[in-house]
Amino acid sequence: MSGRDMGGGAAIRRIAGGSGVDDGDGGDGRDTAGGVEVRDLEVVLETRTVLSGVGLRVRLGGWLAVIGANGAGKSTLLKAVAGMLPHSGEVLIDGTPVRALKPRERARLLAYAPQAPALPGDMTVFDYALLGRTPYIPYLGREGRRDREVTASVLERLDLSALARRPLGRLSGGERQRVVLARALVQQAPVLLLDEPTTALDLGHQQQVLELVDRLRLADGLTVVTTLHDLGVAGQYADMMTLVAGGRVAASGSPAEVLTGELIAEHFDAHVRVETDPWGRPQVHLERPGRPGRRGRPDREDRSDRLDREDRTDREGHPDTPSGPGARGEDPCR
Amino acid sequence: MTRSARSSGVPGARAGDTVRTEEDARAGDTAPGGPPSHDPDRGTAGSSRRAETGDRAGHPGRAARLRPVAALTAVGALLASALAALLVGAADIPPGKVALQLLDWLPFVSADPGLAPVEQGLLWELRLPRVLLAAVVGGLLACAGAAYQGVFRNPLADPYLLGAAAGAGLATTATVVFARGDDQSLMIPAAAFAGAIGGVLLAYALGNIAGPGGGTATLVLAGVAVTSFLTAIQTFLQQLRVEELQRIYSWILGNVGGGWSQLGLVAPYAAVSVAIMLLHGRLLDVLSVGDDEAASLGLNVARVRFAVLLAASLATASAVAVSGLIGFVGIVVPHAVRRLAGGSYRVVLPLSLLGGGAFLVLADLLARTVLAPAELPIGVVTAFVGAPFFVAVLRVTRRADA
Repeated sequence: MSGRDMGGGAAIRRIAGGSGVDDGDGGDGRDTAGGVEVRDLEVVLETRTVLSGVGLRVRLGGWLAVIGANGAGKSTLLKAVAGMLPHSGEVLIDGTPVRALKPRERARLLAYAPQAPALPGDMTVFDYALLGRTPYIPYLGREGRRDREVTASVLERLDLSALARRPLGRLSGGERQRVVLARALVQQAPVLLLDEPTTALDLGHQQQVLELVDRLRLADGLTVVTTLHDLGVAGQYADMMTLVAGGRVAASGSPAEVLTGELIAEHFDAHVRVETDPWGRPQVHLERPGRPGRRGRPDREDRSDRLDREDRTDREGHPDTPSGPGARGEDPCR
Repeated sequence: MTRSARSSGVPGARAGDTVRTEEDARAGDTAPGGPPSHDPDRGTAGSSRRAETGDRAGHPGRAARLRPVAALTAVGALLASALAALLVGAADIPPGKVALQLLDWLPFVSADPGLAPVEQGLLWELRLPRVLLAAVVGGLLACAGAAYQGVFRNPLADPYLLGAAAGAGLATTATVVFARGDDQSLMIPAAAFAGAIGGVLLAYALGNIAGPGGGTATLVLAGVAVTSFLTAIQTFLQQLRVEELQRIYSWILGNVGGGWSQLGLVAPYAAVSVAIMLLHGRLLDVLSVGDDEAASLGLNVARVRFAVLLAASLATASAVAVSGLIGFVGIVVPHAVRRLAGGSYRVVLPLSLLGGGAFLVLADLLARTVLAPAELPIGVVTAFVGAPFFVAVLRVTRRADA
């Protein structure tokens, strides 16, 4: 028991709990003291190189969104950072190489929530959240009063106290996501790695979960790394972004730098229009290829300019744009 | 500012604000039909008000653990079934006198049952060790079954999943067919024990060759392959000596009438394996969220799996060595326990140990009294009684759930 609060986490926890956390919208991303840094990460699964030469920097208290098309290697990247996949390269947390840590020490620095967490149907919410204390409980020991208190207070904080004794099998989708988040918070790690935290949630619950993550991040100075498939959502919450394509970093920077029409067209093969909202965050709008207001550097264009322009002539200048009979959006069968 | 400070206070109230709308809506939707027992303090405003004033701080939530009521109930069931099994038997001794005799055997108690020496001997040499052996074997098989289900995260796992039964069956058959000499009563337990361990090791080795990650799916498939292969050899050996079929089958169908000597053989292995399994209850709970997540929580998944598999296989092998292949206990009892007392392995493992013991003691009681003085094979009884019992448990608990 005496070793509970020792280990590599102590220094970071002081920093993470302290002041000096800005409102999260600065997005400079340069100050990585206390944050997460990944250098030259390479992951080879079986014989296939899934990631190579990947580098990341997340400042303390920042929110990095990893975006990319399906199969680009987003989840693999998160798992590798969490130390769950064999990899080469370095993952540093507050300058400490994760590789040098024992699994239990690592688990006190990094909390990971997978995209599709296994939720045993007959386990209660409290017991599930308590699993987050695993890195603090001796191998064959049992949880102590402090472990139960931490768990209870996190449940209270996420407004889950009333559900504490309910089996996981009888929760709604939004409740489940909150419970998974609770388990990660119970780990009391300064870095949260969330793989698609909003999968399978409707719009309202997506918003609630992400707002919750954001509040916790600001309140506790947590560093958050998420994969997010919804670019619009990612643009609203992240203060840094990394676009992964083909196992490499294709672009990295503030959301406005990464969410551009060209990059999205190139790496997602999607037709979007990007606008900047009044708070300076990019808003991504999906567009049907055959309709007015289509792509073509819209983020650098005046809105009226774009609307006035007739897209049909413009499109013919882009050889990679589907056009003519059989192209998407003009399929006669639709 | 330390970590503990972040767990309470103003930020918590802020975090709560975001989700209260959803909570209220959901509570409004389902509260009338919902079971009140699961969240007694749910109320539209009650829980949030409590959260804000923090008056729950002194009552951290309760983790799954073995509650005294459940433990005492299980111990009571085991003792009651043992007592019933001791009082009743093929020999016509009045139960009252048996009870007095049992009291007399207790230390510091003296009673005069007035039993003839031959009746005393029958009780001491036959009935008592038989009840104890049934309790031990049933407990081992049920506990091992629960442990296998935890390791493989598969409700269909049972103690014989990894080739323990096929290995023991082959070794025993080989002993019966090839061994010359009179003392097969000692050779068969040794052969069955070695065969069960060998079968599991073979499956484990094959599984690790096929899937170096140590995944459970390849391990199960390796167990299936090993079982088929060893059973094929066993069948071939049986064909060589058809006249021995009855002896082989009587072993396969199980028997707990081995007496004190068999009890002595199994005791040390039982103690060690049960201790290891019970110590791993919490870790099996961690494992239930999957290998990846358990690893991300800092758990050495391969080590936990290996330790539990080793202990469960040791328990299975020692049970098989002294009783043959008794089916159904290892799969039914853990499920019944889960239905009645909850799914945490910190509860399921010890209660399966006690419940499995009680179940097999009663099964053996039926086996030796229904057709007395003839005996039914105990494996027949466990399946015949166990299946309806299991269905009843499923029905009762489903009604409680709904």
